[in-house]
Amino acid sequence: MRYLPLTPDDRAQMLGVIGAASIDDLFADVPVAARKSEPFDLPYHAGELEVERELSGLAAMNRAAGAGPFFCGAGAYRHHVPATVDHIIQRSEFLTSYTPYQPEIAQGTLQVLFEFQTQVAALTGLDVANASMYDGSTACAEAVMMARRVTRRKRAVLSGGLHPHYAATTQTIAHAEGMDIVRQTVAIDAEAAVIAAIDSETACVVVQTPNVFGVATDVTAIAEAAHAAGALLIVVTTEAVSFGLLKSPGEMGADIAVAEGQSIGNALNFGGPYIGLFTCREKLVRQMPGRLCGETVDAQGRRGFVLTLSTREQHIRRDKATSNICTNSGLCALAFTVHLSLLGETGLRQLAEINHDKARRLAKALSAVPGVEVLTPRYFNEIAVRLPGDASQMVEALLEDGIVAGVPFSRLDPTAGLDDVLLCAATETTLDADIDAFAQALARRIAR
Amino acid sequence: MTMQNVGRPTRPEETQSLDAGFTSLTGGRGLLQDEALIFERDGWGKTGVDLPKVDAPADDLGELVRRSPIGLPGLSEPEAMRHYVRLSQKNHAIDLALYPLGSCTMKHNPRLNEKMARLAGFADLHPLAPLSTAQGALTLMDRLSHWLKTLTGMPAVALSPKAGAHGELCGLLAIRAAHEAKGDPRRRVLVPTSAHGTNPATAAFVGYSVTEIAQTDDGRVDLADLAAKLGPDVAAIMVTNPNTCGLFERDIIEIARLTHEAGAYFYCDGANFNAIVGRVRPGDLGVDAMHINLHKTFSTPHGGGGPGSGPVVLSAALAPFAPAPWVVHGADGLTLVEETVDAAAQAFGRMSAFHGQMGMFVRAYAYMRSHGADGLRQVAEDAVLNANYVKARLSGSMTPAFPEGPCMHEALFDDSWLEGTGVTTLDFAKAMIDEGFHPMTMYFPLVVHGAMLIEPTETESKQELDRFCEALLALAEAAKAGDVERFKGAPFLAPMRRLDETLAARKPRLTWKPDQGVAPAPLAAE
Repeated sequence: MRYLPLTPDDRAQMLGVIGAASIDDLFADVPVAARKSEPFDLPYHAGELEVERELSGLAAMNRAAGAGPFFCGAGAYRHHVPATVDHIIQRSEFLTSYTPYQPEIAQGTLQVLFEFQTQVAALTGLDVANASMYDGSTACAEAVMMARRVTRRKRAVLSGGLHPHYAATTQTIAHAEGMDIVRQTVAIDAEAAVIAAIDSETACVVVQTPNVFGVATDVTAIAEAAHAAGALLIVVTTEAVSFGLLKSPGEMGADIAVAEGQSIGNALNFGGPYIGLFTCREKLVRQMPGRLCGETVDAQGRRGFVLTLSTREQHIRRDKATSNICTNSGLCALAFTVHLSLLGETGLRQLAEINHDKARRLAKALSAVPGVEVLTPRYFNEIAVRLPGDASQMVEALLEDGIVAGVPFSRLDPTAGLDDVLLCAATETTLDADIDAFAQALARRIAR
Repeated sequence: MTMQNVGRPTRPEETQSLDAGFTSLTGGRGLLQDEALIFERDGWGKTGVDLPKVDAPADDLGELVRRSPIGLPGLSEPEAMRHYVRLSQKNHAIDLALYPLGSCTMKHNPRLNEKMARLAGFADLHPLAPLSTAQGALTLMDRLSHWLKTLTGMPAVALSPKAGAHGELCGLLAIRAAHEAKGDPRRRVLVPTSAHGTNPATAAFVGYSVTEIAQTDDGRVDLADLAAKLGPDVAAIMVTNPNTCGLFERDIIEIARLTHEAGAYFYCDGANFNAIVGRVRPGDLGVDAMHINLHKTFSTPHGGGGPGSGPVVLSAALAPFAPAPWVVHGADGLTLVEETVDAAAQAFGRMSAFHGQMGMFVRAYAYMRSHGADGLRQVAEDAVLNANYVKARLSGSMTPAFPEGPCMHEALFDDSWLEGTGVTTLDFAKAMIDEGFHPMTMYFPLVVHGAMLIEPTETESKQELDRFCEALLALAEAAKAGDVERFKGAPFLAPMRRLDETLAARKPRLTWKPDQGVAPAPLAAE
């Protein structure tokens, strides 16, 4: 077995040093009833070629997003990732290291995290960022629970424009902790409706921009209403490239901003691993979940970085911790920060403009199709369109034309009564020819 | 003794000559480059990507457009490459040397798995792509599930949890849902004092109060104490097996029996599954739920702190409460159940936006297929053999916390052998860095004074184990001989000397600010 260095001779010698007659002696504490003397009913070991053959076969059964016109978004976006990013994240020193608990021999990871935190804070317009969460949806749930610790109130109001899977995740996790989660009715342009639901028991309001229908909103008035009632505003963003074009959550008064960072540096990966961005105002930092990297000095006065404020965390505080989270998304954070360093402010703004421009072309092309209505009034790179029939069936039909048209809203929330709504995203990877092919095929299918 | 870190000397006599206060003319440290933050470079307007220019401004967005500077520096590609490669060289990694962090299972990460995860059919697959275009991904999830269920002897698995602690949360939510379905919500969770911090943190997260179970002198759950604390308000026990002392819970079947008799569920923390994979099935021990850290037992890379992946296997009693989504066999192939709108559905909800860490599923499955049933069994045997070998070799000089009987995949020492030397566990660990090894897990588990927990894993050769043991034996001898300086100032030969963690916490600086260090040049317009 290629991954196991011990030889039979080594094993015999080592047993001798230990003073054991056989390997079974070392498993003597296992109850007799639970000992298995034979390997399990599974295939035996396989060579690299054989494994590669099986997995390549499985991969070939999938249609990669890059295989043709492709318009899925709804919380995960196809972007181009520079080749440098993948090279860096495959460096042994980054790929095969552990959490940087020994800072003297982990300054690479730690400096990367410090730079990452600074970049994320800048993107969201807030003061501090942590070293990342699992993904955007779990970051959203954690933000809601953090609002409870800050305000000592139990009620959270989720906007009807919040991604249904984010709402469900938050409901599952925050409700378990005893919070009262109020989910507003799903609607295309629903953000302002949260204001009426804010009361003196409200810990936080959660608003997504651009929302799940692609609608970009200035949430300043919502922030003012929340703050007047002593509640926090949590802003959720599922498309991190939008920070390059749209006003930041911090500029609009958010107290906590969370985002899915997959769009920058990370592949689609069928949903994971992704990277949750988590930022807040400085005064709230001691209630934050997750790892934080901070600056310090070594014994010779040289600047270095360490994980810090760990008295918030489970390995120190146990059942009094701010969260149970331990693992972050370290390598995804590295990919994010390398890509963002390559982009810089100049590149990010250009990239965001291209995305917006592609969506504008898409909206124009689809709105020209008889029977199709573009529902999203102000968008970044994603729009919701109303079709003359069931959106899922149309997606299946357009697959026959080689086009992946988008995400039917009913797949995210079958109970919303929006079965005719299709979510369509365009990015810098979308060709104008893809948009034309989509619009033409859609027109043909509708006309049938 | 003062030492300059000017590279890694190869012989002790060289150490002496280089130690005589050598400094370079520019303050450099040989090829180990100091590296400024990206924010401290000039020319913030640069970019390392070439993108087409957009002619039409975003005038449809009006006041929504971000006008103020964001504050992001950009690097050209060669500058970026050099920045990150220089930083990488300040890290220790499994690919460099044995990485004996107990409880973390730092084993070799096969590169085949990386290659497979990057196949376009997996990496470039959207989570909401039509399911007819994702049959290969669903098949892989289905096969992975089969392996995990077979290896654990459990009937169901929830793949979506994104890490070990997220898996614990999933398991406890299933347990809570099961109790609520019986109309018997319970309030307490029992956790041994030796548990990982995530166990009590997760229980509290779900709204349970936590009661600790005592430990016996031989490092196991105290059955009498457990029996006394079990009662009608106990929802679950959370026990790690093999436990955090590196020992198999001999009475585990009795622990499960007592737990079930009290109407509670048995959550097993599967962090240490590597010790028993292919040899023992947790399902045969009476476990109701257990997370499996794919980034430990199944070799997906730790990546400097994640991403992980923590699928949870469930007993028949808990399976109906598993969260969405899950894979089912349908008439037209495989499909995903993503929503549980059926009134009869008992799923407790959703753990995250999509289906879990697919990238990790691919890697873990490639690892399982490579090893096979026979190889995985050998993994457990070699992991346990390596740990017992280290324990045997070091026991003459260091004091094992539980000298009687074998350990499992990790060897635990206490600090009683350091008594009177003036050297602490922390000092000893830092001195290991100068000898070329990452320190072991320190001060955990909490039940052992000055704990040193060593987990070599099965992917270490006997030669590397011997090199490691000889380094530790030499250090132990130095500590006992009174060479305290070697320890108190350590590490001397790392990229940094010991860092001031107290300062970092007292005056937190969590982001770079323009008043720190070099001021940035103004944004240059391209």
